[in-house]
Amino acid sequence: MIRTSGGDRSAKLVLSAAAMIPAAALGFVVFEMVKEAYPAIVFNGARFFTTKTFTIGNLYGTGVEVRHGYKAAQGATFGILPLVFGTLVSSLIALVLAVPVSVLGAILLVERIPRRLQAPLGVFLELLAGVPSVVFGLWGVYTFGPFVARDLYRYISDLHIPWLTGAVGSGQGLLTSSLVLAIMVVPIVAATTRELIHSVPVLTKEGATALGLTPLESVRVVTIPFIRTGIIAAALLGWGRALGETIAVLLISGNFLNAYPKSIFSSFSTMASTIAALLDGALTDATGMAVHALAELGLVLLVITLLTNLAGRLVARRLRGPGLPVGRGV
Amino acid sequence: MRARRLRDRCFWGLGALALMLIVAPALSVLISVFHQAAPSLGWSLLTKATNGAGGGLRNAMLGTLLLLLGVLVVAGTIGVAAGIYLAEMAGPRVGGVLRFFSEVLAGMPSIVIGYVGYVSLVVEFHWGYSLLAGVLALSVLVLPYVVRTTEVALRQVPTALSEASAALGVSRGRTVARILLPTAIPGIASGLIVALAISTGETAPLLFTAGFLDGHNPSLSLFHHQVPYLTYVTFTDTSLPGRSAHQLAAAAGAMTLAILVVLIVLGRIVAGRARRQTDRMSL
Repeated sequence: MIRTSGGDRSAKLVLSAAAMIPAAALGFVVFEMVKEAYPAIVFNGARFFTTKTFTIGNLYGTGVEVRHGYKAAQGATFGILPLVFGTLVSSLIALVLAVPVSVLGAILLVERIPRRLQAPLGVFLELLAGVPSVVFGLWGVYTFGPFVARDLYRYISDLHIPWLTGAVGSGQGLLTSSLVLAIMVVPIVAATTRELIHSVPVLTKEGATALGLTPLESVRVVTIPFIRTGIIAAALLGWGRALGETIAVLLISGNFLNAYPKSIFSSFSTMASTIAALLDGALTDATGMAVHALAELGLVLLVITLLTNLAGRLVARRLRGPGLPVGRGV
Repeated sequence: MRARRLRDRCFWGLGALALMLIVAPALSVLISVFHQAAPSLGWSLLTKATNGAGGGLRNAMLGTLLLLLGVLVVAGTIGVAAGIYLAEMAGPRVGGVLRFFSEVLAGMPSIVIGYVGYVSLVVEFHWGYSLLAGVLALSVLVLPYVVRTTEVALRQVPTALSEASAALGVSRGRTVARILLPTAIPGIASGLIVALAISTGETAPLLFTAGFLDGHNPSLSLFHHQVPYLTYVTFTDTSLPGRSAHQLAAAAGAMTLAILVVLIVLGRIVAGRARRQTDRMSL
């Protein structure tokens, strides 16, 4: 029997109130998003998901557009297809590139690199995780973008594969954004993989070596099966990060609305970056519909991101012990 | 056998390539940002205020530090308190539900938090672009990390300690406050450092909550006064024309990175201490 006192009870009350706050904040955010998006949901109907043009209309005209009892500026129309396309494609390219690189790199780091060098190399992972997205944006615009455009894209483009060929410009566009997103996802997957490999039972590994397996074979039959679920969970979390990334993509994407990118090098836009790009202008819409439409866009993004995250958490839950995925950055 | 050896070599070769692809961007970001910022790096960055696309970063630097302080107070207190509750007091049912919501919150896109901060705090509550709106937006973003690291740190304290304390007739609350919490402090601190690092680098939640004011130091007032911050300078000046704007953008980026490096080093020291603490405790 553990003694409790009056002081204990009031302390417990305060602490439990604090413990409710994350849940309350989540509820508040979702409530506000739904409330803000509601007029746009009614106004747009199915058109939101079936059309390509997203414009807040002519704010200087006097006319208004009325649909289902809600007003918007004249000429306003909200269709998000290219934004959904841009978000999904850029984040998937990023994921496809980042996962093998992170897993291979992490395996090498743990299994092959001498212990003395592991910590200093690990610092790079931490550093990469810590670099703010706006700094990635700056780097992407002035260093990385021009570099890949000059030294990589030209050669890819010369192969004349459909959709992989076209003007490469100064490197701002879909592929550069995807590459930068990949770099942002790498530390999440790599750091998790590193933790997972450390949790592989040593005896099994030694058994594999004793059976005369080469290190590669030992990785394939012992390590990979043991850590597979964890990698999938980390990849899903990394995907969530790539889907919601705003500032880096806003700077590097070229911010192109209302049509699908013509090639993998073209400018494009994502849902998150569009919210940040248009909110300023939307605030001047007297009907308020532009802000509501951005809320609806945010709600769609929210749902997609939460689904990938939940999937990641569900997969992670099947893991026991250590090695749960490392969350947003650092 | 030869083929197997060869395949082995190829695999590790690929691994080395992968590791290079991880290390190279990190180095490149550091070098290129500091290189681009080099001409403007100097004390004047810290003594002069931003003026359009020129000047220093004194106000943005102060604003960032002020926001970090706010996050430490708000997310720190709430997060640590929530972590204590989850680790020591919550039943498995309630704890599971609260933990789940906290994890879901961790996956929230930061621009959504910024948007909600704008429509609710800035507009509905009439706070305007303000310190409190910025601090709250950042706090919501990092809260799940503080909660989780606090809970983990407390759970790593060996049960023998709290059992011994209970056996001596110490009440549960006192045991938590006097025995468990001091032991878990290094772990909790490293969680707070992660929260600060995330806050330092975020832009999206602040764009429409903290605002930005040229040339003025941030005011200590919680409402109606815009707060300049470093990542804003990097964000806007990157897209402005002109070399001096780009230099200032890079300088602000370099400054952000410098703060982050300090936090990472601090985090390593604290995490090392936390690990030693756990090693010492587990017999």
